[in-house]
Amino acid sequence: MKRWLPLVLFVVLVGFFAKGLFLNPREVPSPFIGRTAPAFTLPLVGNANASFSPADMKGKVWMLNVWAPWCVSCRQEHGFLMQLAQSGAIPIVGLNWKDKDREAAQLLAQTGSPYVAVPEDLDGKVGIDYGVTGTPETYLIDQAGIVRLKHVGPIDAEAWKSKFEPKLKELGA
Amino acid sequence: MIPELGHFALIVALLLALTQAILPLYGAQRGNLTLMAVARPAAQGQFVFVALAFACLAYAFLTNDFSVENVARNSFSQLPEVYRLTATWGSHEGSMLLWVLILGFWSTAVSVFSRHLPEDMAARVIGIMGLISTGFLAFLLTTSNPFERLLPAAMDGNDMNPLLQDWGMIIHPPMLYMGYVGFAVAFAFAIAALLSGKMDVAWARWSRPWTTVAWAFLTLGIMLGSWWAYRELGWGGWWFWDPTENASFMPWLAGTALIHSLAVTEKRGAFKAWTVLLALIAFSLSLLGTFLVRSGVLSSVHAFATDPARGAFILGFLAVVIGGSLVLYAWRAPKMITGSGFTWFSRESLLLANNVILMAALGSVLLGTLYPLFMDAVGQNKISVGPPYFNAVFVPVMAPALFLMAIGPLARWKEASLPDVVTRLKWALGVALAIGLLLPLTLGGFKPWASLGFFLAAWIALSVLAGFVDRLKHGQGGLLQKLATLPRGFWGMQLAHFGMAVGVAGIAVVANFQTERDVRMEVNSYAELAGYTFTFRGTTEHDGPNYRAARGTLEVSQNGKLVATLHPEKRIYNAGGMAMTEADIHPNIYRDIYVAMGEQLDDRGAWAVRLFYKPFINWLWFGAVFMVAGGFLAASDKRYRIALRRSDVPKNLAAQGA
Repeated sequence: MKRWLPLVLFVVLVGFFAKGLFLNPREVPSPFIGRTAPAFTLPLVGNANASFSPADMKGKVWMLNVWAPWCVSCRQEHGFLMQLAQSGAIPIVGLNWKDKDREAAQLLAQTGSPYVAVPEDLDGKVGIDYGVTGTPETYLIDQAGIVRLKHVGPIDAEAWKSKFEPKLKELGA
Repeated sequence: MIPELGHFALIVALLLALTQAILPLYGAQRGNLTLMAVARPAAQGQFVFVALAFACLAYAFLTNDFSVENVARNSFSQLPEVYRLTATWGSHEGSMLLWVLILGFWSTAVSVFSRHLPEDMAARVIGIMGLISTGFLAFLLTTSNPFERLLPAAMDGNDMNPLLQDWGMIIHPPMLYMGYVGFAVAFAFAIAALLSGKMDVAWARWSRPWTTVAWAFLTLGIMLGSWWAYRELGWGGWWFWDPTENASFMPWLAGTALIHSLAVTEKRGAFKAWTVLLALIAFSLSLLGTFLVRSGVLSSVHAFATDPARGAFILGFLAVVIGGSLVLYAWRAPKMITGSGFTWFSRESLLLANNVILMAALGSVLLGTLYPLFMDAVGQNKISVGPPYFNAVFVPVMAPALFLMAIGPLARWKEASLPDVVTRLKWALGVALAIGLLLPLTLGGFKPWASLGFFLAAWIALSVLAGFVDRLKHGQGGLLQKLATLPRGFWGMQLAHFGMAVGVAGIAVVANFQTERDVRMEVNSYAELAGYTFTFRGTTEHDGPNYRAARGTLEVSQNGKLVATLHPEKRIYNAGGMAMTEADIHPNIYRDIYVAMGEQLDDRGAWAVRLFYKPFINWLWFGAVFMVAGGFLAASDKRYRIALRRSDVPKNLAAQGA
């Protein structure tokens, strides 16, 4: 029996590896969930005199969507975000991340904007505070300014149904 | 054209590897000498074609051929030539190609230095290596082709990761792979022995020098990696217990157990099944390390793109190679009859204890490395296990091994006398205890872990001395004459053990007595650390070949005398805009003064600066160098070369082995 032991251990190990291989490594839990969303004040795209700060949204449940004009998967979720905005389900703020060439205003004029405000994070510093690893990323923030959910990658109808809607119900919004 | 030639060479190499695997293995099973004779030329031909492919890739990098995707992703036109060359193995594809190249090198070495082996043994060993090579070449060609073209060609490359632009990284991967892949030889010998059913003492003698050399390379590779991390990562650490490091450390632990266990099998014919299993484990862990680093299963750092197809391929390969060899082991193990018995206190029992402890240490590292994966797979939170776990578990497990390694070489085979060993080592124990208790006091206060470290280091070093005394008491002639007649195997062991003592001393000092400060430094202000005064003379702009840097100037003085002028840099690389901290170090044998720049704090030129005082840090690398030298020395022992000429084994040993 003893001589089979190494093989048995190895088979168990392979099982775990196989499982691990198909887990999504991008599914990184955000340490901010359950904590206050980091504060910032940033100028708005196309209007440097006005600014946005998460404090402006106090009392509302809202989404912070991190995107960039150069990001291909952001275009993929654009259509769904437009639908959401038109249905009035939730206000969306679009953090324009590391847009060095400043193409956001033009792009939004062409494709339509799902956002209630588009603050401009040129050097990505606010992104660092939020632990953004890539675009798009979306944070659901509640009435008290607490991060409730983080979604990595484009939002689609399925992600909305399975992740966002249950959370929204919990928050009574 | 050249990249296509490389691609073609890889395909030819795959066909040759298949030939190298199938014909000799079949021939050995059927006793067909003609088929067995294919092994050597096929292995050598395979190496030639892999080398050709590698040269083609290197050429594409050197000539900035950005129509090759791999080059466009990992190189940059402004990159200095030497880094363009090393970028060849800086990427996933390139490093796998290096893996196969080194496997080809080892196979060729076996084909050249195996004239004394029975023909079927040599054919099996080379055939097994051909099988491994087949797997890796198929992996390269199907999922990781380094010669993939990019259409249209990129204007310029994305640059090599700036962290890798260091000369430590030029030689670290080849050395590490020499070690990893070298264990393939021990593995192939073990499988060949299992296949033939002949697990005699001769088998252990054949695989021993190969294993020792691979172990020495692996030691060197790990040391270079650690040294690179220390200099390049900018925060003065030298071992982080991160999965990549553990991936290279686990085969090292298994390899260390293996070289000791092989000694018992060769000299006494004992532990045969265990030695074979260790040979399988050492190489399995090398493969596992490759899998962990390449598949993204544990990737916390996004150094390599995660690609499930690659991971699935390597996992399938692992399952076949390791699973298959463990089945073979379970099937054949009962055939291995252990030679001679030994008592509870003998060199065998001490080496067995050493093996058990090394395996326990290996298990704890493996558990810590894979724990996040286990938790994730059963749906728990993603957590990672950090240095606190490893330090808390690994250090206490290894301490007894270090204590016993001083006694082992002085104990007799089969049955040693405890009072006799006590007589020969009691002075060493006394002196080591005194050093352990008193030395920390002179360095700034009693610390239990420092005491333990000093005691163990002194204990091992003194036992090395006792080993020489023991050997020189007998025999005739002068001292030098006697020293000259000691076999190289003995010298190698003593040197490696002494290296361990030096390394342990270095770790004990640097872990307990290093000091560091984070300071805000304005121009011409000064800070004090460990009796040194650091004066900041501001920064100047400095242009490197592919980066721009703010270069600081710090004058380090002691008692008013200038010791060194250091120039740490903060670099911004042109291609990716990545910022890098380039530390500057003033080393000597007792300490390093290590300075790294943080961020600029205001526009008047104030910077955040990290100052480190690292006592005895260099003893770590010295210790490793002694161990490496010891390994090579032991592998060059005369008795392995005698075996080259005489294929038979001394009759008494053969009888024990049967």
